Amino acid sequence: MTAQEVRLCALLLQEHFGEVVEKVGTHLLRSGALNLRALAHETRTSLDLVKKSLCVLVQHGMCTFGPGRRGPAGPLEYRVSCERILYMLRYPRYIYTAKSLYGDTGELVMEEILQRGQMTMSNTVRTVADRLTQNMEDGQSTDYNDVVTAFSRLVETHFLQRCPPVDTATSKKTVSEVPESPASTITQPSQPENYPDCYKLPQIHLTGRGKRRRSDEDGDVGARVAKKAKLEHTEACGDEGIYWQVNVERFHLHFRHQAIISAVASKLDQTSSEIVRTMLRMSEVTTPANAAYTQAVSANEIFRAVPPSYNISRPILDQYLTLLVDDPMEFVGKAGDSGGGMYVVNLHRALANLARATLESVVQERFGSRSARIFRLLLRKRHLEQKQVEDFAMIPAKEAKDMLYTLLSENLVQLQEIPKTPDHAPSRTFYLYTVNQLPTARLLLQNCYKAVGNLIDRRLFETKENKRHLEKSQRIEAILGSLQASGAEPAQLAEVEEMITAPERQQLEALRHHINKLDSSENQVDETIFLLESYIKSTSCSR
Amino acid sequence: MAGRGRGRTQFTFNVDSLGFGRGEALPASALVPSPLFPPLQFRPVPLPTGEEVDYMLALKQELRASSKILPSHIRPGRVKIDVDRYSDKYQSGEPKHSAVEWNPDWSRLPRELCIMGPKTRKAKARPPLKHKVKTTTAKELVQKLETLEKNEKNQSEGEEDEEKKKTGEEEEESGEGEDYDEEEFEEETDYIMSYFDNGEDFGGDSDDNMDEATY
Repeated sequence: MTAQEVRLCALLLQEHFGEVVEKVGTHLLRSGALNLRALAHETRTSLDLVKKSLCVLVQHGMCTFGPGRRGPAGPLEYRVSCERILYMLRYPRYIYTAKSLYGDTGELVMEEILQRGQMTMSNTVRTVADRLTQNMEDGQSTDYNDVVTAFSRLVETHFLQRCPPVDTATSKKTVSEVPESPASTITQPSQPENYPDCYKLPQIHLTGRGKRRRSDEDGDVGARVAKKAKLEHTEACGDEGIYWQVNVERFHLHFRHQAIISAVASKLDQTSSEIVRTMLRMSEVTTPANAAYTQAVSANEIFRAVPPSYNISRPILDQYLTLLVDDPMEFVGKAGDSGGGMYVVNLHRALANLARATLESVVQERFGSRSARIFRLLLRKRHLEQKQVEDFAMIPAKEAKDMLYTLLSENLVQLQEIPKTPDHAPSRTFYLYTVNQLPTARLLLQNCYKAVGNLIDRRLFETKENKRHLEKSQRIEAILGSLQASGAEPAQLAEVEEMITAPERQQLEALRHHINKLDSSENQVDETIFLLESYIKSTSCSR
Repeated sequence: MAGRGRGRTQFTFNVDSLGFGRGEALPASALVPSPLFPPLQFRPVPLPTGEEVDYMLALKQELRASSKILPSHIRPGRVKIDVDRYSDKYQSGEPKHSAVEWNPDWSRLPRELCIMGPKTRKAKARPPLKHKVKTTTAKELVQKLETLEKNEKNQSEGEEDEEKKKTGEEEEESGEGEDYDEEEFEEETDYIMSYFDNGEDFGGDSDDNMDEATY
């Protein structure tokens, strides 16, 4: 957990859950595992608030608890996972993917579960149906069955999974599913995948349609309505205790495949990307997670599985496959000759290539295309002397020197000394420039975390600066809304609107524009973060 | 050593590669930390635009806004500023509840995180207080003095209990759904809530385009 990661986690927790959870979560991140009393004492917050924050964190899957250092007889210890908090940046991307695959219903299901952390199926179905009904015209409502179908499809494709049963729920001496070694202190909660019923849908009896809430409600009425709704919905549906959570690993797999397919499409052409997409789809279920390459599929199977709209004949398919195999990017490899040729998609190599392209483009955008040329040269040729760099890059000596030193000062290029004599005399030592892809990727990843932290900071600063304006505009909107609802004349409306002066309006417009830009940049940086993270994880897995 | 003083001092490495000759001065060393916002050499590439990007932006802002309303957004308790004031009792704190109550499944959380105790205590303490208020109105004139006396004693005890609870717990929950937002029906006062405005907000706002004071 680096300083930048902790800072970013703190900002994200504060944004979504408030200051209290931020304080508790950050402290747990920094100090590892703590028990409840120690945590309350060290953060100097009241015990009640700490308990509530821990509940929130556990509910969202960011905190785990288990028997601590003193064994099962001692107090429970809590541990926060930094990775899981950073996934909060990616929530819009998850929701958008669900929308593109399963429509509006899927999108709302995903949104509900992401915001609440864990939910039962019946609760989700009811809430989503109500929300869909709210957006429909008067008189129409959504049937629960539609939502149930969308939910089932999400579960079948593994985008949603059941929350694993908890080891230490009430007592501290329950039997866990995964046998633990006596030497382990904090047991990992059993991985969701180990649980056999992970993707099994429960049988629930849920019929009905979505309910529309009254439109003239404010806080009070909302509370009463919610209370009434709660009383109505306490009938059991047959799935008590079965909670569902979002399977982020599956989403990440989907994103990785998308990245590979779009890379192939931009490097070669649309048809090749379709072939690669077919190959990935066929081997999705059989390939284990984090595998270096997919299971081999034969050319015959690919031919049968390619979507018919592309009209690819067999010899053309063979030509495409040969092209893909021969391409220096090495996305596809040939693993045998049976069945017309066995082909695999090289996942790790593809990720490495994508990461390399990212690094090169970063250098290009920050230092210019000639520095990028030097960088690419060093990536390819590994170790080069300064003279050789100047020659191979075909750049005049002085400028090449300048660029090399700039890259060196930014730590993108490293210097390797090779002494000829044991006394390391500088005149008798080779100084070679080199680029190591993995450490450079790590460096850039930390830069990305810092960048997102800065973006969030700036956004908060801008909002705080213009807080007065924002509040005023919100109040005026509220007044306008209530006037319109009660049927006021246009003259009155115009009068209220004029309460915001033109320069104020301009300022608000500029503020909105800035905040949109900052938010959009966060999403953009998150895409780079995902790519670099996947690359780093895949290389460290294969070691 | 053999070479000392014989020629000018020889550098042990090839000087040309450094970029400046022997006679020239070394570049001046900077005595300040590098600038916080160094000037960019190249402008950054513009952000991608398109339907997908816009939709994700809207999603992000919606998520942020709605997460403030959810019960998982925990607000710190009200911090006491300087002195206990009489109006504290009648001023409502931050918006007390979110539209949807949150009851996590306690079987999935460790028992030590369960904080149901104080809530049941509060629920029991409230009804008796309300009950006594009702009984005053129903009594006859003759016995009113006695009952008023009795009630005063009970009320002061009840108020003390309330004060203790409010100071003892730093956060307030409104699981019972009693509305303190209604200004007129606050217990035992005839005044609306703004009467108890203790002037802390006065003068805090900057003057915005106010005309000169009317005479």
